Amino acid sequence: MAKNPEHRDLFPGALEIMILQSLRFRPMHGYALVKHIKQVSDNLLQVEEGSLYPALQRMLREGLLDSETGLSAKGRPTRIYRLTDAGLRRLEREVVSFEKMFTGITRVLAVAKA
Amino acid sequence: MQILSKLFRRRRYDDIAVSIQEHIEERTEELMQEGRSRKQAEQAARREFGNVTQIAERSREEWQWAALESLLADLKLTLRRLRKSPGFAATVLLTIALGIGANTTVFSVVNSVLLKPLSYPDSGRLVALTLNAPGAGGLADITNGLNLSPSMYLTFSELNRTFQSLGVWTSGTASVTGLAQPEEVHTALISGGVLETLGVLPTAGRWFSQADQDPRGAKTVMLSYGYWQRRFGGDKSAIGRNIQVDAQSREIVGVMPRGFKMVDKEFDLLVPLAFDTKNQKLAPFYSEGIGRLKPGVNLAQADADIARLIPMWMDSWSNGPGTNPHWYERWRITPGFRPLKQRVVGDVGGVLWVVMATVGLVMLIACTNVANLLLVRAESRQHELAIRAALGAGRARIARELLTESVSLGLMGGVIAVGVAYAGLRLLTALGPADLPRLSEVSLDIRALGFTFALSVIAGLLFGSIPVLRYARAKASATIGNANRTASAGRVRQRSRNVLVVAQVAMALVLLVSALLMIRTFAALRNVDPGFSDAPHLQTMHIWIPDLLVADPQTVTRQQNSIVDKLAAIPGVTSVGFAGAVPMENNDPNWDQIGVEGKRYEGGDPPLRLFNYVSPGYFKTAGTKLIAGRDFTWDDIYGLRPMVIVSENFARESWGSASAAVGKRVRQFSSMPWQEVIGVVQDVRQHGVDQDAPPTIYWTAMLNDPYTRQPTIDAPRAVTFVLRSSRAGDEGFLNELQQAVWSVNSNLPLASVRTMQDIYSQSMARTSFTLVMLAIAGSMALALGIIGIYGVISYAVSQRTREIGIRLALGAQKSELKWMFVRSALLLTAAGVAIGLGTAGALMRLMKSLLFGISPLDPFTYITVPLILAISAALASYLPARRAAAVDPVEALRAE
Repeated sequence: MAKNPEHRDLFPGALEIMILQSLRFRPMHGYALVKHIKQVSDNLLQVEEGSLYPALQRMLREGLLDSETGLSAKGRPTRIYRLTDAGLRRLEREVVSFEKMFTGITRVLAVAKA
Repeated sequence: MQILSKLFRRRRYDDIAVSIQEHIEERTEELMQEGRSRKQAEQAARREFGNVTQIAERSREEWQWAALESLLADLKLTLRRLRKSPGFAATVLLTIALGIGANTTVFSVVNSVLLKPLSYPDSGRLVALTLNAPGAGGLADITNGLNLSPSMYLTFSELNRTFQSLGVWTSGTASVTGLAQPEEVHTALISGGVLETLGVLPTAGRWFSQADQDPRGAKTVMLSYGYWQRRFGGDKSAIGRNIQVDAQSREIVGVMPRGFKMVDKEFDLLVPLAFDTKNQKLAPFYSEGIGRLKPGVNLAQADADIARLIPMWMDSWSNGPGTNPHWYERWRITPGFRPLKQRVVGDVGGVLWVVMATVGLVMLIACTNVANLLLVRAESRQHELAIRAALGAGRARIARELLTESVSLGLMGGVIAVGVAYAGLRLLTALGPADLPRLSEVSLDIRALGFTFALSVIAGLLFGSIPVLRYARAKASATIGNANRTASAGRVRQRSRNVLVVAQVAMALVLLVSALLMIRTFAALRNVDPGFSDAPHLQTMHIWIPDLLVADPQTVTRQQNSIVDKLAAIPGVTSVGFAGAVPMENNDPNWDQIGVEGKRYEGGDPPLRLFNYVSPGYFKTAGTKLIAGRDFTWDDIYGLRPMVIVSENFARESWGSASAAVGKRVRQFSSMPWQEVIGVVQDVRQHGVDQDAPPTIYWTAMLNDPYTRQPTIDAPRAVTFVLRSSRAGDEGFLNELQQAVWSVNSNLPLASVRTMQDIYSQSMARTSFTLVMLAIAGSMALALGIIGIYGVISYAVSQRTREIGIRLALGAQKSELKWMFVRSALLLTAAGVAIGLGTAGALMRLMKSLLFGISPLDPFTYITVPLILAISAALASYLPARRAAAVDPVEALRAE
C-alpha cells in the first residue's frame, strides 16, 4: 500500500480525532470525510481507506458516532455519519490531551535545538 | 433477541458495503472529471482504495466479538461441506473415533492404575516396609522382598522415630461356620497400627482396639462391606453378634466401608493377629509391613531409622537357647522402603505403558490416513483456495479455515470416542488380567475426558496441518493457470501423500513386530514343560484343617488320608493326592536351608531351598514325572521315616545326576537326623512358566517339626488336593467332591476349587492380555496401512487416467502398466519397511521384560513382518492397478 511518501499516515488516535473534529461541523459520508481532511490540511494529511472504514465502525460501536441513510453529494444513497454527545465529549477531552502532548513535544524539540 | 441482533448486524454489514461502493463511485466520477475514461477512472479509484473485500471484512470485524464470529462462520461452512459428502465424513469420523476411543480406554486404565493416588486419606505418606535380604534366597522374593516377622514388627513399632504408625498384615482364608453352610472366606490378618496407618474409618461399629490385639483378650472380627451385605443384608445389628471363625467364636465389632481393600487384597473378614508379645522368636518371616510416615519425613530417613533398629531387633529376640541371634546378619537385611502405591501397582506399569504406546501409534496411523483423505479433499478444492488467495484471503485465513475443518472433525470424533471408550472399558475390565491391580477402580473420569478432549484437538491439528502446509500458500498463478491441462498430477502433489504412506508403513511395521514378538513369547511359554500335565483334567481345591477343629497333627494326616480315599472312590477319578502348594499359586509352603551330606558350604551354611510337603500319589496325579527312585507310601508317612524326594535340578547340582541322588542324604539343621533321598522328580515351574524352576525339597505330609527343641510331630494343615479326572470342573462333580469331604469331616469347606488350567491361564494372564492388545493394535495398523496404500495408489490411478490413456495409445502393455503402479506401492513399502525396521530394533529393547525365550531382535519376526507388509502392499495396489490397465484410451482422451 505504498502511497505518496510525502503524506504521513495518521496514527489511530489522530485519525479518530480528525474524524470527530470533521464531523463536528456537519455530518458527512466516508468519501466526503477523506476529501475534507485532505483539503483542510492542505494535502498534508492523507486518510487511508483501509484505516478509515474499520475506524468508523469502531467508533459507531463505541457510541461516538451515529449513522443514518442519506444521500451523497451526487445524490446516491450512502451512510452519513454524525457526532453523538459522547463523541463530542470524547473530542473535547482528546483535544486537551493532544494540546498538552504537542506543547510537550514542542518544548523538548526546542531544547534540543538550543 | 438473537434474530433481531442478526438482522441489525446484517443491515450494518450492508451499510459498510454501500459506503465503500459510494466512496469508489465518487472517486471515479472525480477522476472522470479530470478527463479519464470511465474504465480508467474506475480502475484507478479501486487501486487507490485498496483491497475492498479485506477492508470491508476488517470493518465488519469491528462488530465481532474477537474472531469468534468468523470462526463460527467457518464452522458452519465445515458442517455444510461435511453434510455434502457423508461418505467422507463417516469414514473420517469413524477412524478418529476408534483411534481416540482406544486411546481413551487405555489411558483410563493407565490413569486409574498408575496415576491416581491410592484411595486412602493422604496416601502419599503410606509406605510399604520392604526389606532387602540378598542372603535369604527365595524367602525374599524379587518383587516384594523379605517379609517381616512378628518380632520385627514389635521392635520397629516400639522404637521407630519416623513413622506415625506402622503395622503388619497377611492374607489367608478361614472357614466360617454357624451362619449357614460352612463357608471358606478370605481374611486379612492385621496387627495393631494397620488400620491407623491406612486411616479409613469404619462405616459401622469401631476399629480394633489395643485390647483386641491381646492374645488373651476378647476375640473380635471386622467385616468387609461386601461380606456384611452378603451375610447380614447390611443390617447394623450385626455389630455385637458372634460368628465362628475357624471354630473360634468372635464378636463383630465393625464394618469397613465399600471399596476398602487391604493394600491390594479383597477380603471378607479382618482378624487381629494378636501377637503374644512375650513369646516371639526372630523368625518366622511371613507378614507384610505398611507404615504411615510422620509429616515431613522422607523414605531415606525412614530407611535410616529402621536400619538402626535391625541390630537391636537381633539383640532383643532369639530363636531359642543355643542359637545365634546374629546369624541373620548373613542375610544382609536392609530396609528398602517404597511408596505403598508402587507396592500395589507392582510391575504392571511396563505392560500398560507398552499398550498405551501401541494404541498411540495406532492413533498416529489413523491420523495419517485421515490426513491423506484431507489432502485429497484439499486438492479438489485447490482451485477454490487459489481463487480465494487471489482475491486477497491471507495465508492465515485459509489455514484457519482448513484447521477449523480438521479440528472440528477431531472434536466430533472425540465425542463419539467417549462412547467407544465406555464400551471399550467394559470390555477391558471383563477381559483384563485378574491380577491387574486396581482393576475395579478403573473408570472414565474427568482426567480421562480431558485427555480425550486434548487428544481430539491435537489429532485435528496434526492431520489438519499437512494440507495446510501444502495448500495455504498455494501460488495463485500456478494453480489457476494449469489446473486441468496437465496430463497427470505433478510430482509435488503426490509427494506429501507418499511421505504419509511411508510413515504409515513404518509405524505398522513397528506394531506388527511387537505383536508378533508377543505371539512368539506366548508360544514359547506354551512350549515350556511346567512340571505337570493335562491341566484341564486336573481338579484342585484347598482344604484347611484348623487346630481348633482337630488338635492332633496325626489325626489331621489321617483325615487327609481318608479324604484322599473318599475322593479316589468317586466315579471318574483316576488318582488323588495333595501337597502343601501346587505350582503357580504363589504360596510357597516354606523356604529353609538344606545341607547335603559331605558337602562344605561357603560361609558355613547351605543356601535356602523351597520346601513342599506331599502325599503319596501327588506326583502321579499332577503328572510330575518321577525320574529316579520311588514315591512316598503311606507307611513312610505314618512311620515318620526320614526320607525326602528332591527335584531334578537339586539332584544334578548336588550329586551330578538324578540317578546318583537316590540313597544320598541331606538334613535341615546339624541338630537333626539325616534324611535319605528316595526319589527324584522333574523340575516344576513353581512361580510361573517364565520363572526358572526353583530347586525343591519334598517332605512327607507328616514329619517331625524341625523348629521345636523336643521332637514333635507336625503336619501341614492347609493343603491343596489334586484329582485327575475327565470330569474336572463339572458342576455335578464338584458336588460329589463336597460330599466326599464332608463324609470325613462336615466342618471342612472347600476353597479355591478350580482346575489346574485355570491356575495356569491366570499365571499367563498378563502375557495373554498384552498379546491380545498388541494383536488388536497390530491388525488395526495392518488394516489402516493397507487402506492407506490402496487409497494412494487408486487416487494416483484416477489422477493419471489421461496419462494412462496416452501410454496405451502409444502402445504400452497392460501388464507393464499394472506393474508400474504395483512397483510404486512396493517402493513406498520398502522405504517404510526400512525406516520401520530401524525404529522397531530400537524400540523393542524396551519390551524386553515382557518377552520370554526370544530375543527382541528375533530374526523370524523381522523377516516375516516385512514380507506380510510387502504382500499386503502388492495386493492393495494391484486392485487399482488393474483398473488402470482397464482404461480405454479412447474414453480417457475424449475426456479432454
